[in-house]
Amino acid sequence: MSPHAIFTAFSTIVVREVRRFTRIWPQTLLPPAVTMTLYFVIFGNLIGSRIGDMGGFNYMAFIVPGLIMMSVITSSYANVVSSFFSMKFQRSIEELLVSPVPNWVILLGYVAGGMTRGLGVGLIVTLLSLAFTQLEIHNLPVMILTVFLTSALFSLGGFINAMLATKFDDISIVPTFILTPLTYLGGVFYSIDLLPAFWQGLSLINPILYMVNAFRYGILGVSDVNVGLALVMIVLFITVLSIICLRMLQRGKGIRH
Amino acid sequence: MTNALQIDGLVKTYGDGFEALKNIDLHVAEGDFFALLGPNGAGKSTTLGIVCSLVNKTSGRVQVFGHDIDTDLSAAKMNLGVVPQEFNFNQFEKVFDIVTTQAGYYGIPFAKAKLSAERYLRKLGLWEKRNSPARMLSGGMKRRLMIARALVHEPRMLILDEPTAGVDIELRRSMWAFLEEINRQGTTIILTTHYLEEAEALCRNIAIIDKGRIVKHTSKKDLLQQLSVETFVLDTDQNLTEPLALEGFTTRIDGEGALEVDVEKSQGLNGVFIELERHKIKVLSMRTKANRLEELFLRLVEDNAGEQGAHS
Repeated sequence: MSPHAIFTAFSTIVVREVRRFTRIWPQTLLPPAVTMTLYFVIFGNLIGSRIGDMGGFNYMAFIVPGLIMMSVITSSYANVVSSFFSMKFQRSIEELLVSPVPNWVILLGYVAGGMTRGLGVGLIVTLLSLAFTQLEIHNLPVMILTVFLTSALFSLGGFINAMLATKFDDISIVPTFILTPLTYLGGVFYSIDLLPAFWQGLSLINPILYMVNAFRYGILGVSDVNVGLALVMIVLFITVLSIICLRMLQRGKGIRH
Repeated sequence: MTNALQIDGLVKTYGDGFEALKNIDLHVAEGDFFALLGPNGAGKSTTLGIVCSLVNKTSGRVQVFGHDIDTDLSAAKMNLGVVPQEFNFNQFEKVFDIVTTQAGYYGIPFAKAKLSAERYLRKLGLWEKRNSPARMLSGGMKRRLMIARALVHEPRMLILDEPTAGVDIELRRSMWAFLEEINRQGTTIILTTHYLEEAEALCRNIAIIDKGRIVKHTSKKDLLQQLSVETFVLDTDQNLTEPLALEGFTTRIDGEGALEVDVEKSQGLNGVFIELERHKIKVLSMRTKANRLEELFLRLVEDNAGEQGAHS
């Protein structure tokens, strides 16, 4: 395929993904907006006003970056895992498999689709947060880089989950039992400085902690971890997961006989 | 001239050890209308699945218009359009979106894809349904949608796996006419079908596959010439309960009192009527018991089963 044809194929996948999640917006865009508004009201306003400052900021300002990141992670992952698995389930994945689209373009298209939804939801949550607190961006490049890379990383994670899944239960196990606990324990609601030394050490092996803190640094200028290290880690994870995804596509794991 | 499809020594062994294809050789000339026939589980869909990259082969070589699927898969795929047996589109997407999206996968810009989609949706009687979600279509419309989707990038070869399964007779005939038209325009067509009259009506060359082996690969004409005995069913003006003694012919009475007569190709039908005239029997109507290809098909598959049994 020529570069122009490859770009057409890539944009076709992205457009189809965007069309899918906007068609079912009450399932994809509305729930995070409602959930995060409740977080802002309950944790930020009602409970947060009694907690006082965290990391040098009022509690609402402290949790906003984490909640934005949480919605980006969840939405990016959910988009790819549900879309790709549905295609497998309905066998419409065969439309792609019989076409000359290279595997890396298929992967890139799905990741871009996941990122579009993840970042779109992130933007919605950010706009909602402005009704509760003021956001003064400390370091725009770090903020943007972190949220883009994190969204890409979890889109790749969703892709692997979808490739391995054989039934609908399989696509909810990882988000429910791995992603949600890691996100809640990833410094969204607290600074790990509050934890005893043992739990602080344990928290440092949670990759989501690095993403949340790097993003928080971009907005507030505070972080529990080294921001440079966090970005390097995310890039490293993206590289490893991309290789795994491409190998799975090459072998046709779960999609070819 | 390069064949549209060239398969050499194709083997497919599944993970559980089942040998779906046992060293298959097959060739389809450019412009041909070709039927791959066989009973359920014979290996038809596996063969076509390998050609379309939906099934990984164990060994062997497959070339589409000279492009090897191992070394030049993208070019091979560009020349292929595929209509699978099962509906395999997103049931929630609109008809028009399904077809234009497929064109996009082949690198066709949207402006051009729209025109091509409109042309095929109109030809296949789906233009009025272009904004309907695919799930709202009838079974026949869904089949036609898959044909439009497979043709939107103007492939040189169209593969159809049971394209008229579950389609009513009227629609089947209109699909035949459409397929004949695109074949006349130069598209090579390969189809698998359970309706042997479909293969007899449409195809010029035929391969019969059974238990993972090609048991026949020849032209329809040659194949039909091999049919030495044909059975005719005659409705007569008499209530026959026992076979008639017609000199030179084997006869039977079927369950509804009609007379079945086996006629060898060398005998011709005149002798049957002369004999019936001698018995003062008037023939009210006559038909063949099964279509000719069906008889041959059953005979070849039975022969193959016998050979397999002898070797096991």
